[in-house]
Amino acid sequence: MFRTALRNVLAHKARLLMTVLAVMLGVAFVSGTLVFTNTISDAYQKSSAKGFDQVDVAVRPEYQDSHGDQVGRTPELTRALLDQAARVPGAASATGVVTGFTAVADKNGKLVGGDWQSAGGNYWGTEDPRYPLVSGHAPHGKDEVLIDSATAKRAGYRVGDTVRLSVDGPVLTPTVSGIFTTDDGNVAAGGSLTLFDTATAQALFGKKGTYDEIDVRAAAGTSQTALKAELDKALPAKLVETTTGKRLADDQAKAISASMSSLKQGLLVFAGIALFVGTFIIANTFTMLVAQRTRELALLRAVGASRRQVTRSVLIEAFAVGAVAGVAGLAAGVGIGAGLRSLLGSFGASMPDGPLVISPGTVVTALAVGVLITMLAAWLPGRRAAKIPPVAAMSSVHAKATAKSLVLRNTLGSLFAAAGVAVVLAGTRMDADSGQGAMGVGAVLLIIGVFILTPLLSRPLIAAAAPVLRAFGVSGKLARQNSVRNPRRTAATASALMIGLTLITGMTVMAGSLQTSIDKMASAAIRADYVVSMANRGPLSPGVEKKLASADGVTASSPLRNGESRIDGETEFLTGVDGAAIGKLTDLKVTDGSFTVGGTRVVVDEDRAKDFGWKAGSRFTAHFEDGKAQRLTVAGVYEGNDMLNGILLDNKVLTPHLSDPADMQVMVKTADGADGAAKDRLEKALGSNPAIKVQDKQDISDEIAQTFTLMLNMVYGLLGMAVIVAVLGVVNTLAMSVFERAQEIGMLRAIGLDRRAVKRMVRLESLVISLFGGVLGIGLGVFFGWAAGELLGTKMPTYELVLPYGRMTVFLLLAGVVGVLAALWPARRAARLNMLTAIKAE
Amino acid sequence: MTTTPTAGRTTAVAARATELSKIYGQGETRVVALDRVSVDFQAAEFTAIMGPSGSGKSTLMHCVAGLDTFSSGSVRIGETELGSLKDKQLTKLRRDKIGFIFQAFNLLPTLTALENITLPMDIAGRKPDKAWLDRVIEMVGLSGRLGHRPSQLSGGQQQRVAVARALASRPEIIFGDEPTGNLDSRSGAEVLGFLRNSVRELGQTVVMVTHDPVAAAYADRVIFLADGRIVDEMYGPTADSVLDLMKRFDAKGRTS
Repeated sequence: MFRTALRNVLAHKARLLMTVLAVMLGVAFVSGTLVFTNTISDAYQKSSAKGFDQVDVAVRPEYQDSHGDQVGRTPELTRALLDQAARVPGAASATGVVTGFTAVADKNGKLVGGDWQSAGGNYWGTEDPRYPLVSGHAPHGKDEVLIDSATAKRAGYRVGDTVRLSVDGPVLTPTVSGIFTTDDGNVAAGGSLTLFDTATAQALFGKKGTYDEIDVRAAAGTSQTALKAELDKALPAKLVETTTGKRLADDQAKAISASMSSLKQGLLVFAGIALFVGTFIIANTFTMLVAQRTRELALLRAVGASRRQVTRSVLIEAFAVGAVAGVAGLAAGVGIGAGLRSLLGSFGASMPDGPLVISPGTVVTALAVGVLITMLAAWLPGRRAAKIPPVAAMSSVHAKATAKSLVLRNTLGSLFAAAGVAVVLAGTRMDADSGQGAMGVGAVLLIIGVFILTPLLSRPLIAAAAPVLRAFGVSGKLARQNSVRNPRRTAATASALMIGLTLITGMTVMAGSLQTSIDKMASAAIRADYVVSMANRGPLSPGVEKKLASADGVTASSPLRNGESRIDGETEFLTGVDGAAIGKLTDLKVTDGSFTVGGTRVVVDEDRAKDFGWKAGSRFTAHFEDGKAQRLTVAGVYEGNDMLNGILLDNKVLTPHLSDPADMQVMVKTADGADGAAKDRLEKALGSNPAIKVQDKQDISDEIAQTFTLMLNMVYGLLGMAVIVAVLGVVNTLAMSVFERAQEIGMLRAIGLDRRAVKRMVRLESLVISLFGGVLGIGLGVFFGWAAGELLGTKMPTYELVLPYGRMTVFLLLAGVVGVLAALWPARRAARLNMLTAIKAE
Repeated sequence: MTTTPTAGRTTAVAARATELSKIYGQGETRVVALDRVSVDFQAAEFTAIMGPSGSGKSTLMHCVAGLDTFSSGSVRIGETELGSLKDKQLTKLRRDKIGFIFQAFNLLPTLTALENITLPMDIAGRKPDKAWLDRVIEMVGLSGRLGHRPSQLSGGQQQRVAVARALASRPEIIFGDEPTGNLDSRSGAEVLGFLRNSVRELGQTVVMVTHDPVAAAYADRVIFLADGRIVDEMYGPTADSVLDLMKRFDAKGRTS
């Protein structure tokens, strides 16, 4: 039996090719994901472990929770504390660490690191073991800095050059006093690191005389835990917490592997989709192979093979196919893993180096996935093969594909689909959290229902295409009839394509709708021409607003200043604005009272009003972070959004209570409105600062759009694999059909159908199947997109469904292109068939 | 051979092979399937080609019908020389001038009987001649079954559809490759009767390959092939005379 099965595999090499390819792609996706994530996870962990070489015990401030009317605060790590730590028995030295955001511009004024990866720090003393110098000397005073070697290389800076930097607004132009190397993970990942001398760093980062962390080195012979114990004894436990270097490295490693594993899981979901699509092809192939071999299998039964043996022979075949595809997929996956890393590298996303990690787990998973998926998908065809009666061996004609009635199937499918639609619809009426679950269940039910129903749906939908096909004469007519000839096969083939397109369309509808609503939210309430913020959305120094306010052509400006307070025993964030200007800069809908900010009069958003039971005229007391209290009056209630929400009060009231005022954004209105010249003037006023973004409404929209485009493109790329597998499925089905219908095609050629018409016939059949899958997929995708939107809409007042007709047309065309491409090879084969052998074939 | 009603038929020879050779392979594996065969197929005549397996009878038919290429010599259908034609022109020639009846019926299962019959015209993009079509359909006795699909028809009925398909487009010549090979004797006799009637009544030209002396007896003329050559021919054959001749060849073949 085993030998028969293997012979069959070898005999049907060509026919199994597409199946092998389909499984291989899925396995390659899985193993590529595993190799890639394992490799970079390993590299990151190694590089981050090195980063803690210089730390035996880290001392960090213990955050004090807010209580009563007291705003929580972070205790300061002072010089005194550092000296105390350095004097502890077993301590060799103590280093004060100061960190913050520092943007570095290259020689063209462009940011070198990414928005989020531009870091700054302090160089401790004259020789900091954390940062070995390659050239130059330690920075001294506020006019000298060190930059990391990678950044220096990228931006072309050398010792002695002047660099443009920004920490929280103003542009600094210090000299590069030296260049250092570092194992810092952020730098390894493509960011920049700029070091100042400690006093400068403290001043720039707003931490005068204090440190973010104190790193203590142990003297020779003292263990990390012993040192930690000593420090715990000596330092005030309430204010600081101590952690050993080993623990820090372990925690970081854990964090890295956690983030990698979520990346891995995300990728594996898409790999799973590709594999799922692959199962349709496998099942189709084996169904066709079994049908073609009916007589052979019946003969086996006639000479005494049991049903189980017949099933097993099909499964052994599947095993062989799966094993071959698994091995090939694993090899391809290793290639993908390696290629992906260098590809990302070439895009500028540098990653720490490390060896390619191919763990035994990866190998086992890849092979197991390949074999199991194939055998699972071949299970049903195998069962069907076993049901072939021995007498079928005697009948002279091919046993027809069992034209078993579709009644049971259609009933079942309708039930599933109806239940699915009902649950999804019910889900749209639930609140966001419980609705999500319902929607997921409903979506799965509906998709299963549609799978089961596709054979039924194929007839009317393909009949709808008949008028178009008629234009292609007899080729079109034959193509249409061929495509509904075996509804199950057509359905399985189209379903494979449907899955990919459902997801792609659903994502596109959702992303498009979300983008529009976020866009609306961001711009609708803003009357300002420009919004100025830090590249990393970090705090801006109040100086920025002052500069903007005095710039040419600025008619109104207001910062959005951060403040924390306690109100009725709860922590509440306040936003300080320029009371006189805010009305001109925003266009918030007022639902109660009036939009007046000034003195003790504040405005609050609806959520706050509801939580605290406020309305226009209510009074409340806010306790600021310096401990002082202030009585405030609610002048009005407005409709908040993502950008502006909470309690807005005048800076004249808020700022005196802040030790270190910082703005999240500055809104600016100019006399000329939003035009290029005004923007240039504002940028100049800020000293052409690489760290600060001046954006008009269009820029903000573009930025939002960019985020969504990036996300969508990634999803498209990942789902592309599922579509490619589906294309293989169409090729597979067509090739099989051409093979099965060789005799017919031979006859058609003999009675005068020329090669072109034969090709056209196959191509049109392919087109019909692909477009059928496309229409189903796009339809389902729109439905899911709509349903998910209904759910999201409950959370977003500006949500509205946006149907991307352009994109949908593109997807449909894509399905058509898939059809034409998939038909290339089968159509050629059909046209090249030798008429004489084809006619005689029996 | 009463009338020649089809317009444009200017010669009495519907198809002609001259010095036709077909050679497979080279050197040691060289096989001569047809060895300089010259034969005329008269218009409005029913010709049967006979011979033992491997004699080249099917090859001769395939070459003359434009289904297969030949190594040397020439083939004419009407006034057209096949040797110089490209695949596209050959296809058009088959479509417009030749009808085929195959052993395995070769109907399209997705089409109804009527659609199968008009298929060659559909391919050519021509409207069938209604009166002619009705006459053909009536002749083969399919009037009540035009809406049926091949799977709903018996073997004999299916082959009658195939005969009607070959006749419907009024080709200059119809080739049959063992048209009764898959039929029981009664259905076979029916089909042969139709073919003979089409020659007698419609003036059709029919060439049929067969190994069955009874089938050959329906023809006006039988030509015998052996080893790629025409070895004999007979006019007005009967089953017995054909069988006698075949026995003689058989004996010769065994003694040589």
